[in-house]
Amino acid sequence: MTQTLHSPLLLCLLLLTAWGIVGLAGLIRPASVAFAGRTLFPLGAVCGAAVAYVAATSLFAPAEQIVLSIGLPDLPVHLRLDSLSSAFLFLLGAAATGISIFAAGYFRRGEGTPPGLMCLQYHLFLASMGFVLLANDAYSFMLAWETMALSSYFLVTTQHRIPEIRSAGFLYLLIAHIGAIAILLSFGVMQGGSWQFTFDAMRAAQLDPAWATSAFLLALFGFGAKAGLVPMHVWLPEAHPAAPSPVSALMSGVMLKTALYGMLRVTFDLLGEPVWWWGLILLALGLFSALYGVIFAAAQTDMKRLLAYSSIENIGILFSGVGLAIVFAGTGMRIAASLALIAVLYHALNHAFMKSLLFLGTGAVLHATGERNLGRLGGLIHRMPWVAWLTLVGALAIAGLPPLNGFVSEWLLLQSFLFASEVPQAFVNMLLPLGAALLVLAAALAGYVMVKFFGVIFLGQPREAALQEAHDAGIAERAGLAWLAVGCVLLGLLPAQVIALLSRVIQPLGFSGLPLDDGSWWLLVPLPQRQISYAPLVFFAVILVVIVLTIAAVRFFYHQRVRRSDPWDCGFGRLNSRMQDTAEGFGQPIRHLFTPFFAMARELPSAFDPAPRYRVVIGDRIWRGLYLPLGRLVRRIADAVAWLQQGRISTYLLYSFVTLVTLLALML
Amino acid sequence: MTALFDWLAQILGILAAVLAAPLFLGWVNQCRAWLQNKSAPSILQPYRGIRKLFHKDAVIAANASQLFRLAPYMVFGAMVTAAAIIPSVATRLPFTQAADAIALVGLFATARVFVSLAAMDVGTAFGTLGARREMMIGFLAEPALLMIIFVASLISATTALPRISELLATQSLALYPSLAFTAVAFTMVLLAENARIPIDNPATHLELTMIHEALLLEYSARHLALMEWAAALKLFNYVCIGFALFVPWGLATSQAPLALALSSLFLGAKLVLAGAGIALIETVSAKLRVFRAPEFLATAFLFAVLGLLVRLLLGT
Repeated sequence: MTQTLHSPLLLCLLLLTAWGIVGLAGLIRPASVAFAGRTLFPLGAVCGAAVAYVAATSLFAPAEQIVLSIGLPDLPVHLRLDSLSSAFLFLLGAAATGISIFAAGYFRRGEGTPPGLMCLQYHLFLASMGFVLLANDAYSFMLAWETMALSSYFLVTTQHRIPEIRSAGFLYLLIAHIGAIAILLSFGVMQGGSWQFTFDAMRAAQLDPAWATSAFLLALFGFGAKAGLVPMHVWLPEAHPAAPSPVSALMSGVMLKTALYGMLRVTFDLLGEPVWWWGLILLALGLFSALYGVIFAAAQTDMKRLLAYSSIENIGILFSGVGLAIVFAGTGMRIAASLALIAVLYHALNHAFMKSLLFLGTGAVLHATGERNLGRLGGLIHRMPWVAWLTLVGALAIAGLPPLNGFVSEWLLLQSFLFASEVPQAFVNMLLPLGAALLVLAAALAGYVMVKFFGVIFLGQPREAALQEAHDAGIAERAGLAWLAVGCVLLGLLPAQVIALLSRVIQPLGFSGLPLDDGSWWLLVPLPQRQISYAPLVFFAVILVVIVLTIAAVRFFYHQRVRRSDPWDCGFGRLNSRMQDTAEGFGQPIRHLFTPFFAMARELPSAFDPAPRYRVVIGDRIWRGLYLPLGRLVRRIADAVAWLQQGRISTYLLYSFVTLVTLLALML
Repeated sequence: MTALFDWLAQILGILAAVLAAPLFLGWVNQCRAWLQNKSAPSILQPYRGIRKLFHKDAVIAANASQLFRLAPYMVFGAMVTAAAIIPSVATRLPFTQAADAIALVGLFATARVFVSLAAMDVGTAFGTLGARREMMIGFLAEPALLMIIFVASLISATTALPRISELLATQSLALYPSLAFTAVAFTMVLLAENARIPIDNPATHLELTMIHEALLLEYSARHLALMEWAAALKLFNYVCIGFALFVPWGLATSQAPLALALSSLFLGAKLVLAGAGIALIETVSAKLRVFRAPEFLATAFLFAVLGLLVRLLLGT
């Protein structure tokens, strides 16, 4: 008995079930905010921390699997915990802990779905994500995958009385299902004629290149749709902002990573050796998504939509890293591929922390002000210092600034791009460095976006009088934000330790990990032969020492007198808060520079207009160019076949009869 | 003993860089005045400005937050850290391995974000305008800067600045056409990142043409002094990165006091030339409109790409 309890897989299973039970307990008192908030969400947070702990310890244990004979007859559930699953389970647990703590203080009365029911959906969502990571056969994978999609759909439509939210939810569900069909088909190809849908059978199947490629492309379509890769991204900026903030945080921070997990699992594990040019497709899609996402993020005026577009950017970065790893692995450059994969995993972990932190920050702002529009916020750092400073950590991290965590993974990815010149294929080795430049452009634009995000919400003067009454977040919300912020800082300051762990993760995928230099714990030397090193702790320490010394020196040699006065008004004398840059104004250089990306409709008032109105509507060219024609096509086809629906039962019986006869004829 | 001496040399090096930075700025200003047929201010003028500012009372806008007061220290700290990391005199000092060239770019980006956030803090039109222009120059310059680092790393198989310098410095005078292209690109990035002509005019206070001044509009006294000092240090740092990448000759690869002294002399000579060069560029070119800045930096990017292609195709 003690033996089995030490099995991390069983422990994980137990904890995921516990999440389910916590969720079900919400139904005991469905209308009670206090019961869900004070009891159940903290319990869920404890489970999350436990999942993270178990997953972290299981990195050191060998992979294990079990077969549970539950569910349909002859379709037992296969579960497997290897280090890749562990890494993503850790991500799930660690991020969910912070989010659940925050959620404990977040939900208020009267937000559509009753709190108890939402508690059930929320914990079911968490548990199903865990099962996606553990599944070892296509059947249980799809079951968990669909549960994940459905439970998150209900969470997105929490405020189901608002028509926009309903249609956002519908779009999400639609694209999730089209993606799921592609994943199902991909599994169908990968079983390779054995008709065994366990992942073990898929690993053993020998596919010929054409079939392997089609399986890869189907998986790319399916997982790409879930991840929000351009051009399958349209649901993401609708659905993520529609959900309550903790749910947005889970969806952006964690759920998108399950798609990444699926992509890694299929490409490097189930399909065996990837073909190098698959990577180019992923790289192109990923880099385009990164740029597309960040450019649209810069133009947004709704703070949650801005973050949703920023998620598209980060998904793009992640998938381009996977693409790079495929190119390297396919051309036999194992070390470079390891580096790229570690960068991807690191960035996934980072993004889980920083994006959750930012979404929760917007949640706190939303609660305090009731406002999502950047044009009506401002100056909140005075009223909500806790939220502001903790959100600043997330903003700086996601902008990729050292010594925080976002920088480390981008640095690793750039370092792996530097191997590009060794790729044997001509031209590819020249194009790849340009990919690195695109990546840096996206990362630098992310800095722009985050200055806009933080500056417009928290800095400057309040743009509305009502903001003066905004209140800071409660204890639970602060604790949740702080958990995630500390995660960002630690992941940033201790990269050598994190990478040593991530090196274990990629071993089951056939990579040896990096030849890390264990000499000094404070210095990251990912590739000793390249002599590159990075020591964020030195950055941190030197900056800190210099700041302290400078402050001390200024006080010692001079004085510390400070006088408060009005801001300088150039002699105009009637400055007001409307004269600050708006969110539109801050996005204007981006709209100007990247005009071809936008479908923009503008109304510019004439100079003599007594009541001037300025309006700009920014549309998505892909939505207009791809989705609307597709939708019209589907409708036309549906209209064309509608005559089949006669409404008479005898006709329908005839259809059944014809079908049966045809099937019989085919079988015989 | 050697370790102690290393640290002593490191700390002296940082102090020297911090103290010499305004001198370099003074030299650039002096050269520019001469070239423009004006009577030049003393080379010590930047120090006088900083000293004067330190003595004044700080006036802070009523609605400024703690971030506004923290930012000057933060920016100054980031620039001093960069000065500690860049191998300006010796390549084997303790801090030089704390960051490679890409991490240095990241450090500069951190400083830029803090300056921009501080500019948005008071909430005047000029501050936000400056912040958005500064961030725009930043995201345009960074891809070009990365390509430059890429070319240098193709030659030496590393992005660590000291290793790049050592390799180039110890080789018998080898000429790399690819480095010539990237050096042009780097000079353009340097001008843009340091708010020099043709992107910004450090000599004007005309609000609508400026980036750097708009960012600092609300600062006064010691905070302004630190910001200005940090700006001088940034220029100094950039020039030193340029030396490390393109003209590393004379850098000390050991910690022998004589080698360090000699290397400092070399650095001084290179700085004198570089300062004159910057002044010359600023004299013969005109300031561009803000929306011409992307073209300028795209040209820098293309030069770097040209360097890359030359390196990959011709192997030189």
